[in-house]
Amino acid sequence: MSTSTDATVLTGYTLVCRVDQIEVEGGVAALVDGVAVAIFRTHDGNVYAMSNYDPCSRASVLARGIVGTRGEIPYVASPMHKQAFDLRTGQCLDDAAVRVPTYDVRVTDGMVHVGGPRQET
Amino acid sequence: MSPRHRKTLVVAGHGMVGHRLVQAAIERGLTETHDIVVVGEESRPAYDRVALTSFFEVGADELSFLPSGEYDDPRVRLVLGTTVDGFDPETRTVLLSDGQVIAYDELVLATGAAPFVPPVPGHDLDGCFVYRTIDDLEAIRDAAATATVGAVIGGGLLGLEAANALAQLGLETHVVEMAPRLMAVQVDDAGGAMLVRHIEKLGLHVHTGARTEQVLGEERVEGLALAGEEPVPAEVVVFSAGIRPRDQLARDAGLDVAERGGVLVDERCRTSDEHVWAIGECAAPDGRMYGLVAPGYAMAEVVVDALLGGPGAFTGADMSTKLKLLGVDVASFGDAFAATDGALELVYADAVQGVYKKLVISADGRQLLGGILVGDASAYGVLRPMVASGIALPDNPEELILPVGRGGAEIGLPDEAQVCSCNDVTKAQILEAVGEGGACDSPSCVTKCTKAGSTCGSCKPVVKRVVEEFFAAQGKVVDKSLCEHFAMTRQELFDVVAVHGYTRFDDIIEAHGRGRGCDICKPTVASILASQLNGHVLEGPTRTLQDTNDAYLANIQRNGTYSVVPRIPGGEITPEKLIVIGQVAQDFGLYTKITGGQRIDLLGARMEQLPAIWRRLVDAGFESGHAYGKSLRTVKSCVGSTWCRYGVQDSVQLAIDLELRYRGLRSPHKLKGGVSGCARECAEARGKDFGVIATEKGWNLYVGGNGGATPAHARLLAGDLDTETLVRYLDRFLMYYVRTADRLQRTAPWIDSLDGGLERVREIVVDDALGLGSELEAAMARHVDGYFDEWKETLDDPDKLARFVSFVNAPDTPDPHISFRSEREQAVPEDSSGPVSLGTTIPVGAPR
Ligand code: SRM
Ligand SMILES: Cc1cc2nc3c(=O)[nH]c(=O)nc-3n(C[C@H](O)[C@H](O)[C@H](O)COP(=O)(O)OP(=O)(O)OC[C@H]3O[C@@H](n4cnc5c(N)ncnc54)[C@H](O)[C@@H]3O)c2cc1C
Ligand code: SF4
Ligand code: FES
Repeated sequence: MSTSTDATVLTGYTLVCRVDQIEVEGGVAALVDGVAVAIFRTHDGNVYAMSNYDPCSRASVLARGIVGTRGEIPYVASPMHKQAFDLRTGQCLDDAAVRVPTYDVRVTDGMVHVGGPRQET
Repeated sequence: MSPRHRKTLVVAGHGMVGHRLVQAAIERGLTETHDIVVVGEESRPAYDRVALTSFFEVGADELSFLPSGEYDDPRVRLVLGTTVDGFDPETRTVLLSDGQVIAYDELVLATGAAPFVPPVPGHDLDGCFVYRTIDDLEAIRDAAATATVGAVIGGGLLGLEAANALAQLGLETHVVEMAPRLMAVQVDDAGGAMLVRHIEKLGLHVHTGARTEQVLGEERVEGLALAGEEPVPAEVVVFSAGIRPRDQLARDAGLDVAERGGVLVDERCRTSDEHVWAIGECAAPDGRMYGLVAPGYAMAEVVVDALLGGPGAFTGADMSTKLKLLGVDVASFGDAFAATDGALELVYADAVQGVYKKLVISADGRQLLGGILVGDASAYGVLRPMVASGIALPDNPEELILPVGRGGAEIGLPDEAQVCSCNDVTKAQILEAVGEGGACDSPSCVTKCTKAGSTCGSCKPVVKRVVEEFFAAQGKVVDKSLCEHFAMTRQELFDVVAVHGYTRFDDIIEAHGRGRGCDICKPTVASILASQLNGHVLEGPTRTLQDTNDAYLANIQRNGTYSVVPRIPGGEITPEKLIVIGQVAQDFGLYTKITGGQRIDLLGARMEQLPAIWRRLVDAGFESGHAYGKSLRTVKSCVGSTWCRYGVQDSVQLAIDLELRYRGLRSPHKLKGGVSGCARECAEARGKDFGVIATEKGWNLYVGGNGGATPAHARLLAGDLDTETLVRYLDRFLMYYVRTADRLQRTAPWIDSLDGGLERVREIVVDDALGLGSELEAAMARHVDGYFDEWKETLDDPDKLARFVSFVNAPDTPDPHISFRSEREQAVPEDSSGPVSLGTTIPVGAPR
């Protein structure tokens, strides 16, 4: 992959797009190491990444969901059957047993870089 | 022990205020030291003049304040049917019309006011009346019994009451007002115009800017000659051109009177003679006369207080007014004309509902100064105390005047807020009455115990709410909130957006919601914006509000692919176009199926293929078609008279016309239509939100049908319509639905939810009872004129097209999760077994 032209090179991260290619409270799908990752941008300027695969409907669609808040939690609603996923943790807010993998993500010089899957509890 | 010398208090006039004075004197113990003699000119004891008009319905007994004809306290003597002809401040005596002379220690003038009759020629002909006493009303009733036309001179508050009465008595009624608008003192031009609309709709004739030059007739009234207008015929004429204080007694006795009439009194209501007091409409505290009962009551209390040695003072009064005229609510309060420096006006007008509401707000936006309400004065009860108590306004003051009862319930009135201005009762006093201190268990009991609501009645809704809120403190409240972000219904939100002309979700949620929205409120707002602005659903920030189907202008399927359902209006399609659909399906490897809506579904398109598919369709003269979105789907048709041996009208043509007319209309839920060429009903029109069935003479229009989980048969709205009328009714029906239905409420449950159900719909759509027909038609015309092909527009806009890629950084790589197998010779989705990885070896493009 070609990162040589970029101002910042982050090891272990994949450069996916300019941050302004993601609409505020919208998402895009990107290929990161061959995996479909959904990247979202929230109203407060934060950028989050999680697997694009919705385990409830078994389809790769999460980037196309509506982004909003439940209480203080930023979330995306699956476009298929509207289950809500916490953007920060991937936790499904409607089913405690379901969780979607999340990815490290950084924004430098207006560019979005996605790292590996986060190892968290 | 010698008995202490008892004093004598004489009251001239036993009207509303004189009566209140006596009541207060008894209650507060003034009769312990004073004998009271009340002299009243009318033959009846005091009665509720404010409710005078209801005399025709309820009779004199209901209105009486003293049905027994005497006070319980024997120290009060009532002399009725007798006038005070004069008094002498020197000797402190009054002279009565029956020759009696009574010595007084204190004299209170409570003689009220008299209607002003302008000295036009003929004003004293038989058949001319004023509107002030029960006797007047009895005379009017007798005259009306043999008359057919009546006229009221004066379009102020009382004039309209009188007109109301004439209309109730069955007369064709004219209102003649010299000023350019009705109720010129209370409402502004826009409010006055709304009022005229209401009143004319009730069949009354309104002549504004019309000066009466003469009352026509020899002995009896025959009509009115107006300057520069046709004469108005009338056998009964009621003068209601203002009132004049009855201050003659004071003038004769040499007391000071105000420049514009009225007995001049100080803030203790004392006249220029220290033993003579004046209260009510005959009095002019500080030179100003008050034509309402509440200030009079306040003056009565002040005088009793003064006689008891108390400090009470009258320092002006709230001139707020609320009344129901001919069924139309009108209220005006505080600084209704925004006379205060820098005052701002906030107006909500809805010609559809016949509502005009204006709030006048202080320059800093913190204080409510006044307002005008026409058509719906339900907010008055909350607004008036806000002015009176100077309570700080909530952040979104317009919510106080938006419809559907938002105003109020959530706006906690502080305890010290005055709820009833007529009787000066605060919220705290009401709470006391229902709380531990009191024994009240209902609003009506509270009215009895505190007097709140017993006079003009305008505060009753608030009294009720305060009581209900108290009892419901722990009870369950029905929550009609759209979602956690908006504490209102779709209809309320629709109005909020319309009033402010919002175009962006961010502005709406910032001002009226909380948080950042969700998958419920965002699509709802998107739909409302689409209905009001007719813009492209993918324009700018509205895109992220859309449900996925709207966001990609197609229907998502179980494996993340989409279906495309080209529009086939009325189900009619040429062989050439059928071939195009087949070719497109072939070229893109799509599954095809004939739908239940008379068109062809192309399924299995990857999101990134959609633009290319649309391109092919658009080039062949198709639209992609709405099978998604809360919008018009199809207007189903049978073959109709062109082919069918039974058909009586061309159902295909009409179905095509209707589908093309209403396509793209964003609505609370999806909309479907149907047109059948005869009563055999092959198009199942009665299973649709709107269904049309041909008759020999035209079309029958049915509304409120659907299939789905709770099927409903559409019901007849109107019969034998020509096509033009049919379309007009449909325009009105659909627009009214779009404006007022709840989110995801189809037409059948919406109709059921209306007060009056289908009958209500008929009133609005067919009879145009609210006069909103043309407004609804205009809104539909805007939709029809503004319609554009949203797929084609998307193809022409690189920004919108940029969304249609599988991966932002690998636009040419298809999503590996999508795969197909073959079934019955077509492609169908292969079930996914979990996330798929392409591995790291796949080269990906650099960010664009
Ligand atoms: C394709 C089609 C079935 C078919 O193959 O025939 C269909 C497919 C869908 N219907 Fe339907 N309905 C289709 C005709 C109908 C009909 C028959 C008709 O229109 O005459 C009905 C009953 C009539 C009615 O609506 O009153 C019908 C009643 C529903 C309902 C229940 C609505 C209700 O009020 O209860 C839903 C669910 C909803 O809208 O909430 C629904 C929802 C859907 C959705 C949108 C479900 C979804 O979200 O995926 C389906 C997606 C369509 C797609 O992907 O293209 N569909 N659906 C038909 C498309 C017609 C068209 O050309 O537009
Ligand atoms: C149709 C109508 C509707 C109204 N609606 C409203 C409303 O919605 N809200 C509101 O606040 N106000 C309303 N008013 C006004 C309200 O009725 C008056 O403000 C109120 O009655 C004033 O009370 P008062 O005691 O001063 O005068 P009145 O009630 O008129 O009483 C005066 C009494 O004194 C008698 N009298 C006069 N001279 C003499 C004399 N020399 N000797 C003996 N007796 C005498 C009169 O005959 C009369 O009975 C309405 C009035 C009318 C006519
Ligand atoms: S509804 Fe009547 S006109 Fe239409 S196809 Fe059926 S029988 Fe023929
Ligand atoms: S405000 Fe008139 S009765 Fe309460």
